[in-house]
Amino acid sequence: MSEPPGAPRETTDTTGLAAQPAAQERDAFGQLSTGLSDLSGPLTPTGHLRRRQLVSRLVEGSQTAAALLAVGVLAIVVYSVASRAASVLSVGFLTKDPPAFIGEAGGGIAPAIVGTAVIVAVATAIAMPMGILVALYLTEFAGLRVRSAVRLALDLLNGVPTIVVGLFVFGLLVVGHHQSGFAGSFALAIIMLPLIARATQEVLLLVPPSLREAADALGVSRWRTVLGVVLPTARGGILTATVLAVARAAGETAPLILTTSFFANAVSANPFGGKALPNIPTYIFIASESADPYGFARAWGAAFVLLTFILLASLGARALSQRHAMLPG
Amino acid sequence: MKSPTPDSDDPKPAAIRPRVRIHSAPLVAEAALLTGNGRQAETGLLGSAGDAVDSARIVGREAIFDVRDLSVSYGSSDAIVGVTLEIQRNLITAIIGPSGCGKTTFLRSLNRMNDSVPGFKIDGQILYHGHDIYASGVDRVEVRRRIGMVFQKPNPFPKSIYDNVAWAPRNLKMKAGLDERVERALRGAALWDEVKDRLHQNALGLSGGQQQRLCIARAIAIEPDVLLLDEPASALDPIATASIEELMQTLKNRYTIVIVTHNMQQAARVADRTAFFSLDTSGGRQAGVLVEYGDTEVMFTRPQDARTSDYVTGRFG
Repeated sequence: MSEPPGAPRETTDTTGLAAQPAAQERDAFGQLSTGLSDLSGPLTPTGHLRRRQLVSRLVEGSQTAAALLAVGVLAIVVYSVASRAASVLSVGFLTKDPPAFIGEAGGGIAPAIVGTAVIVAVATAIAMPMGILVALYLTEFAGLRVRSAVRLALDLLNGVPTIVVGLFVFGLLVVGHHQSGFAGSFALAIIMLPLIARATQEVLLLVPPSLREAADALGVSRWRTVLGVVLPTARGGILTATVLAVARAAGETAPLILTTSFFANAVSANPFGGKALPNIPTYIFIASESADPYGFARAWGAAFVLLTFILLASLGARALSQRHAMLPG
Repeated sequence: MKSPTPDSDDPKPAAIRPRVRIHSAPLVAEAALLTGNGRQAETGLLGSAGDAVDSARIVGREAIFDVRDLSVSYGSSDAIVGVTLEIQRNLITAIIGPSGCGKTTFLRSLNRMNDSVPGFKIDGQILYHGHDIYASGVDRVEVRRRIGMVFQKPNPFPKSIYDNVAWAPRNLKMKAGLDERVERALRGAALWDEVKDRLHQNALGLSGGQQQRLCIARAIAIEPDVLLLDEPASALDPIATASIEELMQTLKNRYTIVIVTHNMQQAARVADRTAFFSLDTSGGRQAGVLVEYGDTEVMFTRPQDARTSDYVTGRFG
């Protein structure tokens, strides 16, 4: 407790320095004084406060350095990919097939781009509705015990290594059949599901309970409330969650190597064709394994395309979430 | 517009469908006037139903709610114990009392808004037009369809002003003449003139008082029988409060209003009848009880109970 102003004081020194020794004395009310001996002294830091400011500045500095390092790593990665990809990047790189023979220069990665787009689109079409339904069930309908059990299951599913997911789908859809774009989509959907469900759940929890209450009080049934009030309010957040999951899934490699990697280098958009669909991550993997300098260059180019897509998707998600930010009344 | 089934001739009306004829008759009449194509409904329903409304007004003391020995608890703690009272048609009934005495619990019990509160348990009966609203087979969505509620904090949907009002009618199959219905509700809530030029702007851009009137408009857009107001003006400034209070006086011609308020002056200004709740701490328990219930004038000038007079004169609470 600080000294009450106007308490009788033993010293009238106004510099504040000469008064320091009196700091630990008890004041007129028998309480230990706070060390601030002269409340009328100049308001510059002294003693303890000066030391604390120094420590504070040190900690602040190291935190800033850590943040800069994180940004720096991103910058270095982007730069090194971009500089190595520069030699192959052109419009043709996005629209042409790779050359037919190893050791040939030129060509593009159009099949991989189309294939990745199809695979990820199908995966999203599976995972997004399911993820949203799971999240709605958790926040709007499930009881406490079920809720925590399902949430735990989702977190565990999120933690399953993607190679394991790939193996599972390999055993389920590929063994005895063929590799296919759909098998890849299915694997990616399993990876996306917990991401979308958990992120959507968090957004749904942000929808003010007072809105649900208001809707309830209007005699409208629960599912119409969910459809008409809860989902639209959370729309921006759900879109953001989905875009982030898409960005994550687009770069997944391990499950695709198992499910859709023996592909011909020709554009195909049919995930159910009974043939593997070309895709960017696997293409990068294969091209960088082969002994072909032009293949290396194309692998870097493909890496740059993938990186750009993911960065743009993340930025887009950010813009979305800001535009749809739920402003309180 | 789909007119509600008149079940006056039905010897055994379905549960929670009592006197639909009476309270929804004006609705049909107005829709007929507005849309001009409800002639059949007008001739078919208005004759008898209009008489019923008139007789109800003349009697004026018909009970809408008959609460009998109501006790509510959450888990192991009692919120209110042994409340018995009647709430009458087309009157404003105020519930006053100190914090924590169960006013809001009581109010929310009237349209089953407490059902979703964990540990909620209810004893006794709440008869609405003679039907127990907690009886098995009663659908709480239907209960709330008849008994609307406005909350302490304005809670408009993050939609346009128009959609805020139109949302519930759309979902309750009252789509015919939706524009007129929205206008009527907004006029009813004394908000029309302020928002008629920006109906499609986001409701969150309105001021607090406007938002609360929008919430009232939203509630009356579905033409309920009863309006429950839970401290509707406590988050508003005096001018907005005054407009809400004025609004209540016009609304009571068509709705039965129950209002919970912390503000005794407000109760004295707006309410026809006042119920005073207090916290009963005798016998080691802590529960809200109904201390006294009567005409507002009597409650504030000649209360029977010492606790009431202490409270209304500002000696505690």
